[in-house]
Amino acid sequence: MGQAVLKNATAGAKVVALPALKAEVVALPAVMRRPLLGAFAPWLLSALVNLVPPLITVALVMLFWEIAASGPQSSLPPPTKIWTEAKDLIVDPFFWLGSQDIGLGWRILVSLQRVAIGFSLAAVVGILLGALVGQSVWAMRGLDPVFQVLRTVPPLAWLPLSLAGFRDSEPSAIFVIFITAIWPVIINTAVGIRNIPQDYRNVAQVLRLNQVEFFFKIMVPSAAPYIFTGLRIGVGLSWLAIVAAEMLTGGVGIGFFIWDAWNSSRLSDIIVALVYIGVVGFVLDRLVAFTGTIVTRGTLVN
Amino acid sequence: MSYLKIDHVDKTFQRGGASTNVLKDINLVIEKGEYVSVIGHSGCGKSTLLNIIAGLTPVSAGAVLLENREVSEPGPERAVVFQNHSLLPWLTVYDNVALAVNKVFGSTKSKVERHDWIMHNLDLVQMGHAKDKRPAEISGGMKQRVGIARGLAMEPKILLLDEPFGALDALTRAHLQDSIMQIHASLGNTMIMITHDVDEAVLLSDRIVMMTNGPSARIGEVLEVRLERPRKRLELVADRTYIAAREAVLKFLYERHRFVEAA
Repeated sequence: MGQAVLKNATAGAKVVALPALKAEVVALPAVMRRPLLGAFAPWLLSALVNLVPPLITVALVMLFWEIAASGPQSSLPPPTKIWTEAKDLIVDPFFWLGSQDIGLGWRILVSLQRVAIGFSLAAVVGILLGALVGQSVWAMRGLDPVFQVLRTVPPLAWLPLSLAGFRDSEPSAIFVIFITAIWPVIINTAVGIRNIPQDYRNVAQVLRLNQVEFFFKIMVPSAAPYIFTGLRIGVGLSWLAIVAAEMLTGGVGIGFFIWDAWNSSRLSDIIVALVYIGVVGFVLDRLVAFTGTIVTRGTLVN
Repeated sequence: MSYLKIDHVDKTFQRGGASTNVLKDINLVIEKGEYVSVIGHSGCGKSTLLNIIAGLTPVSAGAVLLENREVSEPGPERAVVFQNHSLLPWLTVYDNVALAVNKVFGSTKSKVERHDWIMHNLDLVQMGHAKDKRPAEISGGMKQRVGIARGLAMEPKILLLDEPFGALDALTRAHLQDSIMQIHASLGNTMIMITHDVDEAVLLSDRIVMMTNGPSARIGEVLEVRLERPRKRLELVADRTYIAAREAVLKFLYERHRFVEAA
């Protein structure tokens, strides 16, 4: 009752306030134009709010770096020196001047291709194994301890073994990606599947869904948020691992480029390559996260 | 010849070393087309009984027979309307029903027939208009309507309703009760409903099965509700048979088998 009265009171107050408002808006013709700009203003504002602070940070870091590294004794090149030395790499990612003198974009693409193959394999195998571990108590008892031990093995520790096994650097690098990315996928998928609500299992039982139908119609959609968390961690780890693996296996990738640049003391090139790697890793992470939000829309809220 | 026979059913849950006897010697015969409610205080094992009929929970002793065949696993001929609707949130209303229809009638009905059947069942619960919405976008009452449509769409021999309206507000509940009565009148389904609402039980049921308190819950009494159908809730308020039935259930629940709070 009290609330209703209050509501009435405020409603009444609004009506009273209206004439006063009208009187204020004398500059109406000028305001008329606002909607057009107004449509862009929030977007513009949020872009500014999100872009300006990191830009300021980068500018400050560059400034500090320039000051710190510009002495004659400095062992690292300052930004200005990097710009003059590695301008071709920065400005044009996709130049092609012979098989070993190519833009960083090409090298990134080669590395990305390896990651794509290794990570896709890890995703498929990881989800299947995760489903097995999540679904069957015995599979969990048998496999989970093994997984827990293996997942702590650093990616590069697998490289000698895979080189010995495959006798070729290309599949070895892909295997390292695979073995790096698979553990978070397995573990998260298993958790997701263990967390499938009993209600959904009951529905599946009443409908007599078979294993395959259950996997595609209940398990995967229900565990999708967990699976995508695993995939996101996995893709990040793959990107970490590929650079290290390529340093050792050689070839065209961005990792080998860094190693090659180090051997010929091209520090500026290395720093440019690091920025490339960072940006691509960031994009990969966001890409998987974005796919996740698209695929799992509706799954999280009930 | 009985349609559904619950024959000396016992249920004991084992957890670690401890075992709890939930249901003891349950006997019940349900005829085709009957609407039976099971009522009792919370924790008396009425949901367990429903799960046993559904085949989701195995019996410890005894058997459930549907048309003289023993029930040993869940199946679409004993469709369940779950208490919390249990719609799959990543599927639209239409697809939730379609999942059931395609599974049950995938081989016997054509694609067009199946589509018509899905829409027919959605229209039956007045949800045809929301077929493209996801469960998160519709109200609790609407979700339960879709749950009922999914159950009905399996064309079950028995529709099992596990406290179907328990989570709904009183007005929505009344609407859905009316819908269920209409559906029962027009389709003649056999229905078993778990409830803890006395009015709901009396309004909807042909018979009310009253359970004693657990552990080792038994069927205390079975009350036949001799009210003409179709029943109108407003007319029943003053009806003597209705009042008597209501009183009988209330007396059973609150005088003879008062809920003893486990302190």
